[in-house]
Amino acid sequence: MPQPVELPDKIYVGPVIDEQHSLASVSDKVGGVVLRRKITLGWTFGLLMSFAVLQGLMASATMLFVKGVGIWGINIPIGWGFAIINFVWWIGIGHAGTLISAILLLLNQSWRNAINRFAEAMTLFAVMCAGMFPVLHTGRPWLAYWLLPYPNTMNLWPQFRSPLAWDVFAVSTYLTISAVFWFVGLLPDLATLRDTTKKDWQKKVYGMLAMGWRGSARHWQRYEKASLLLAGMATPLVVSVHTVVSFDFTVSIVPGWHTTIFPPYFVAGAIYSGFAMVLTLMIPVRKFYGLDDIITMRHLNNMAKVTLATGLIVAYGYEMEAFFAYFSADKYEKFMIWNRMTGPYWWSYWTLILCNIITPQFLWSKKIRTSPGILWIISLIVNVGMWLERFVIVVTSLHRDFLPSSWGIYIPTVWDWATYVGTLGFFMFLIFLFIRVLPMITIFELRMLLPGAEVKEPVAHA
Amino acid sequence: MHSAAVEVHPLYGLMAEFDTPGQLVAAARKTREAGFRKFDAYSPMPIHELDEAMDLHDNRVSLFTLIGGLLGCAGGFGLLSWVASMALPLNIGGRPLISVPMWIPITFECTILLGGLTAAISMILLNGLPMPYHPVFNVERFVNASRSKFFLCIETDDPKFDYDRTAAFLESLGPEEVAEVAR
Repeated sequence: MPQPVELPDKIYVGPVIDEQHSLASVSDKVGGVVLRRKITLGWTFGLLMSFAVLQGLMASATMLFVKGVGIWGINIPIGWGFAIINFVWWIGIGHAGTLISAILLLLNQSWRNAINRFAEAMTLFAVMCAGMFPVLHTGRPWLAYWLLPYPNTMNLWPQFRSPLAWDVFAVSTYLTISAVFWFVGLLPDLATLRDTTKKDWQKKVYGMLAMGWRGSARHWQRYEKASLLLAGMATPLVVSVHTVVSFDFTVSIVPGWHTTIFPPYFVAGAIYSGFAMVLTLMIPVRKFYGLDDIITMRHLNNMAKVTLATGLIVAYGYEMEAFFAYFSADKYEKFMIWNRMTGPYWWSYWTLILCNIITPQFLWSKKIRTSPGILWIISLIVNVGMWLERFVIVVTSLHRDFLPSSWGIYIPTVWDWATYVGTLGFFMFLIFLFIRVLPMITIFELRMLLPGAEVKEPVAHA
Repeated sequence: MHSAAVEVHPLYGLMAEFDTPGQLVAAARKTREAGFRKFDAYSPMPIHELDEAMDLHDNRVSLFTLIGGLLGCAGGFGLLSWVASMALPLNIGGRPLISVPMWIPITFECTILLGGLTAAISMILLNGLPMPYHPVFNVERFVNASRSKFFLCIETDDPKFDYDRTAAFLESLGPEEVAEVAR
């Protein structure tokens, strides 16, 4: 068990978990949301609303299957548009979940115990949303399996020197490992639900999912080992995934894409947007489900700090992009950055700076870091900013490259928006289901934070 | 193991219930020191002190994970190299067919994929899961093992098991309750 560190009053914002809690009370509180809480009007409304929004995705995907990618605003020279913007945005959001569940586990940051389950669920759902876009963008989504290496009668194989093929492996591995990590983490909690529920059908369902977990010390020992190994592998995995995503850009020769700073700056941006999304989701959930004794001010404060730190790395990335353009003395690079700032899409660049660089500076203040309302608004702004970042990278780089004769303008159509907003509906729909079906906080890890979990042997053995 | 007449004890074991993890660790240590080997501790969260108290050091999960990861690595690299050099060799300006730097991302992802899956699956299988039925669930109060209580069960399979003496031994550990575990 990690030793608590004494913090000076100036930076101390409260305990990781309310001192009133006991081993039994955390189980009952978190499990109670699933097992005992009545279906509320607010939850039903949220679920139905997100389901309604999800229909935007259904409609636009249907339209795309019928008519093709022409329904989107993409055309040469801007062949990438919303599909790739949203792909990168969603997958970036997912990265905070893995950071919280894996990297912070390895770093022994015990405050993560209260938020990792939720963040991992967010990762899974975000990666599902992300995965849809490249598939839809292939133009003939029903042939997307051509991306996989399998023996076929055409005797053709994917081009493994292409970042597109790397993406297939990176994203599918990421989704699989995230799901496995999530399920392994759920096992002991599913056993708790199985043992505490009064309803027979719940006993059966959770019992089957828990696979007969009984908390044996021999099991825990292997379990802890497997968790650490999974965390150790998920850590380089998450870095590799966004690096591979950035390779989609950097391996090309387009000015604004062909740059060495992309991999680290994409990874930092991913964690930045992911933490913003965790805040966006957790602040309301914490309020509506009365979980502020488990997801405490300490958590909000820490998450805000990570957001600020990664935001500064992102700011450094923007600066370096501009500096590289200047220092390279490459006229296409120089034009690219000038066009970004003053060209037809100038508003997107400056809004991006406002959202991603100026706004997070408020997080230097402890007062703001510990006011959920303001923090929530900042997190929304950062989400918008990170979406704009991908818009700027994709659109402003493509729309004016080397030859003025091949310049163009990209205007997203209503179908672009419907697809994007539809995936937001899909994401929220899954989140709403998740919080009522599975324990949204890792109960067994919460127990480890409690004084009741401390091992004090009654008598010294001879 | 006697193959001819295996005497099946009507009970699975005797189970003691404790209130705190400290008591459980102390009890587990004493049980081991008393010479019992077929016993297990049950707790609602991992207790690292138990590994030492019960002398648990099963490293097979790590070993299998290493093997899985290496197989993934070799498999990924092998697939790419085979495809590019045998199945579909493309001569593009005389460039090498097996371009190792370009193979790194997929090889890495395959390593993680197989390593991660092996870690999870080997943990589950080595734990003998899925196992929906287990005798310990017959103890009524055992539902608390996943909530707030700590249990120690000495199994009848242990050569040192003797109903009266084991029950007395468990009582001496200061438990809340000692219960019989039906099969």
